Amino acid sequence: MAKYILKRILYLFLTLFIIATITFFMMKMLPGTPFSNQNRMSAEQLKIVKAQYGLDQSVFVQYIRYIGGLLQGNLGTSFQFNNEPVTALIGQRLAPSMQIGAQAMVVGTIGGILLGALAAIRKNTWVDTLATFISILGLSIPSFVLAVLLQFYLAYKWKIYPVALWDNFQSSILPTLALSALPLGTVARFMRTEMVDVMSSDYIELAKSKGNSSWGVVAKHALRNSLIPVVTIIGPMAVSVMTGSMVVENIFSIPGIGEQFVKSITTNDYPTIMGLTIFYSFLLIIVYLIVDILYGLIDPRIRLGNGGKE
Amino acid sequence: MDKILEVKDLHVDFDTYNGVVHAIRGVSFHLNAGETLAIVGESGSGKSITVRSILQLLAKNGTISKGEVLYHGDDLLQKTDKEMDKLRGNKISMIFQDPMTSLDPTMTIGKQVAEPLLIHNNVSKKDALKRAEEVLRLVGIPNPKARMNDYPHQFSGGQRQRIVIAIAIVDYPEILIADEPTTALDVTVQAQIIDLLKELQQKIGTSIIFITHDLGVVAGIADRVAVMYAGRLVEFGSVNDIFYNPQHPYTWGLLDSMPTLDTNESDRLNSIPGTPPNLLNPPKGDAFAPRNAYAMEIDEEQQPPFFKVSKHHYAATWLLHPNAPKVTPPASILNRYEKFKKLGGNVK
Amino acid sequence: MEQIPQIPKEKFRLIHDENNKDQEKIGTPSLTYMQDVRRRLFKDKVAVVCLALISIIVVISILAPIIAPHNPNAQQVTMSNLPPKLGNLNIPGMNGYQNMGGHMVDAYKQADAPKGTFYILGTDYLGRDLLSRIIYGTRLSLVVAVLATLVDLLIGVPYGIVSGWKGGKTDTFMQRIVEIVSSIPNLIVVILMMIILKPGLTSIVIAIAITGWVTMARLVRAQTFQLKEQEYILAARTLGEPSMKIATKHLIPNLSSTIIIQTMFTIPNAIFFEAFLSFIGIGIPAPNASLGTLLSDGQKAFRFLPYQMWAPAIILSVIMIATNLLGDGLRDAFDPQSSEN
Repeated sequence: MAKYILKRILYLFLTLFIIATITFFMMKMLPGTPFSNQNRMSAEQLKIVKAQYGLDQSVFVQYIRYIGGLLQGNLGTSFQFNNEPVTALIGQRLAPSMQIGAQAMVVGTIGGILLGALAAIRKNTWVDTLATFISILGLSIPSFVLAVLLQFYLAYKWKIYPVALWDNFQSSILPTLALSALPLGTVARFMRTEMVDVMSSDYIELAKSKGNSSWGVVAKHALRNSLIPVVTIIGPMAVSVMTGSMVVENIFSIPGIGEQFVKSITTNDYPTIMGLTIFYSFLLIIVYLIVDILYGLIDPRIRLGNGGKE
Repeated sequence: MDKILEVKDLHVDFDTYNGVVHAIRGVSFHLNAGETLAIVGESGSGKSITVRSILQLLAKNGTISKGEVLYHGDDLLQKTDKEMDKLRGNKISMIFQDPMTSLDPTMTIGKQVAEPLLIHNNVSKKDALKRAEEVLRLVGIPNPKARMNDYPHQFSGGQRQRIVIAIAIVDYPEILIADEPTTALDVTVQAQIIDLLKELQQKIGTSIIFITHDLGVVAGIADRVAVMYAGRLVEFGSVNDIFYNPQHPYTWGLLDSMPTLDTNESDRLNSIPGTPPNLLNPPKGDAFAPRNAYAMEIDEEQQPPFFKVSKHHYAATWLLHPNAPKVTPPASILNRYEKFKKLGGNVK
Repeated sequence: MEQIPQIPKEKFRLIHDENNKDQEKIGTPSLTYMQDVRRRLFKDKVAVVCLALISIIVVISILAPIIAPHNPNAQQVTMSNLPPKLGNLNIPGMNGYQNMGGHMVDAYKQADAPKGTFYILGTDYLGRDLLSRIIYGTRLSLVVAVLATLVDLLIGVPYGIVSGWKGGKTDTFMQRIVEIVSSIPNLIVVILMMIILKPGLTSIVIAIAITGWVTMARLVRAQTFQLKEQEYILAARTLGEPSMKIATKHLIPNLSSTIIIQTMFTIPNAIFFEAFLSFIGIGIPAPNASLGTLLSDGQKAFRFLPYQMWAPAIILSVIMIATNLLGDGLRDAFDPQSSEN
């Protein structure tokens, strides 16, 4: 197991390096400069500014510098936003993003598990139909559509929640709801399929023949066995929550990194785009790694390595 | 002898995509205390469904449409789910066919074996685990103390079947239903499991219903045998009755396709031609008639009743009707009749 | 049991001479696999409704130039932000009235619209007919989805087949690439591509396809791996059939269910990405309409003119729901075990 984790961490760095390289050269391929908006700059000024950012050197030198900086945890300096270091930008904006992201993951995953389990236990009844319908809605309605609708009806029209304000927990409820729909739908669907499968397996029949009540079978055997594979989709869920957060943060004016990313795109702030790209990738790869290790820990067939005789 | 279990006129239907399948069409038999009853038949004859009906462990689309299952005279089919839960794994328990898939892959075997005790008896977890360890030793798991915390995938197929048996007997059930417990195993392991079951039966005095399609296995374990075909019993009697004085052409076919010590190298094993009927539309007459070389007109029109052969031996074939012509069974069956005479039996 | 029924003797005639005629008869007529799939699919009411919905939407999109009542990009500033109006039918919400300072006012009269002018779904801030824009927008979104799916098929399927079929070192190498591509969050790749390429239809398709093929390749590879070991493929190989022929005659037909089902999930995914990119402003450039740009425009005015967002939101959601459900239905139809037990 330790060897496996070490190997995975090595891969993590390799992947990050590849991403950084690709991002860097892609940005260099871009036509125009980030300063083309500020057309009042004279040629002299432009030269000074370029030198200041190291843009007067050859691409290769810039690349080495960039990677070197990365190794020291330096993601570069933003062209906009008062020349702040990208790491500082991320630092200021991480907390709100993390909060709604984590909340949405928790709500979506737990809600999805309950919904999916309920549908599987009450298979082919109206409960199943309703649960399936909810999960399809969650899967199909894009989070930004949901966010706008929630904002309009709950906040603007019925004034239950603040429209676009970021201060306390209450203001995080609507963005969390909007973001959790997709994980909820996905997890519910996955959970239902897994559990229906498990419920028809031989060991469930044996558990029933031991004298377990229907509830006992579910609680002691079916739930755990169907939950283990659900862990594997937490990674992709994190990706979708991240995607959603970019627009949802924008709609609710949450000062998070998603909003920052979209802003950087629209203002051609390349160092910030690059920095955030690498940061996002890092975050996701870490999530994938944790999920993998977690999966190994909770599934005895993997945990015990090659002790099996299959 | 006490009848501890009696199944009367059992009918089971399955609702399928193509229509209602009449899987069991009037099966009656009983189980005496302390004996082993084997139910034999080819795949799809309804053996498994019959015994699953006893514990009411049918798939969701299956319904018992008619019949009684009397356990000490009590009809189990009238019992509530809760009352059935109290019997399952406690008074009546079951061993399943495939040991590779019958154990919960994410629970230690100690816990799995102890589970019935914790459900039915008011015992502490510690005592239950201790008892589980004893039973694991009883079924021949080496070093059970250390292996209690292992998971199913760490055991071989034969060992897993021993664990499944341990789960079934941990609460000393009165009736043990073994649904093809040896089919998925190697031949040598099969013999070990049969021996283990026989040994356990003596130690804990349980009655066994043993389901198999393998007549060779039957000879080694059963006291009485019931032969099943297309959702009905066709013949039942003691092991000697069935093996040496079979009356139903289907039983003849089964025995004729089984190699014995007397089979010479040059002898060809015979098979029964054709396939079992479609139980979506069960035949009006004897379901075996289309495959039966001895079929008569009456077989296509009317289902044969059970004719008495000897005190405990009955067969459902029109050949036993007084008006039926005298037919000559296959040669291997005639050999068996000879043996039956030597054993002191009366051959008709 | 003890009573012996009285039956006439002639009934006991042996009939074994003719006994073999029926025994091989199978009870139900046999269907080919595809017939069976079709039968199961058409028995699934939800799938049928979704199929019908999707067909209608596709037909309308194809016939957009004929059906759309106006030019989708024609601006008519005097007619801006008119609410929906359906002829002279006085349906609330569809009668051309809108709330202005607490009063319901006939917006068409205020805009001095000529008598008989009406926009079924209203107009946007530039006076463009929303219905026409939605019809054209849906068409554009569907084009993106179809193209992205096609690229997905053209890269993913051959990649998966080659990787699974060759096995060994080739497979390991090809899988490494898949691993790296899939460990980069696809959204980021899409966004980077969108920044580098000029915004537009082609770049969206390229951006979506560049990450989308990975899932298809994985599924096809896994399936090919299994199929490779099947007896009939082994037989074909032993008989020396050329690889190309095996691939087209044996592999593709057996892979078709996997491919079709995955395609049904690629389509909503592509539609979502287009909408997402256009929504954050790096997708389809103005003045062309797509569901994403319509949503983005609608969102800006949503507080005051909610109808401008409702219509595209509903169409987008309906397409997403219908394709997802049809995908489910197809999976059940191809693999009855997944739903029946």
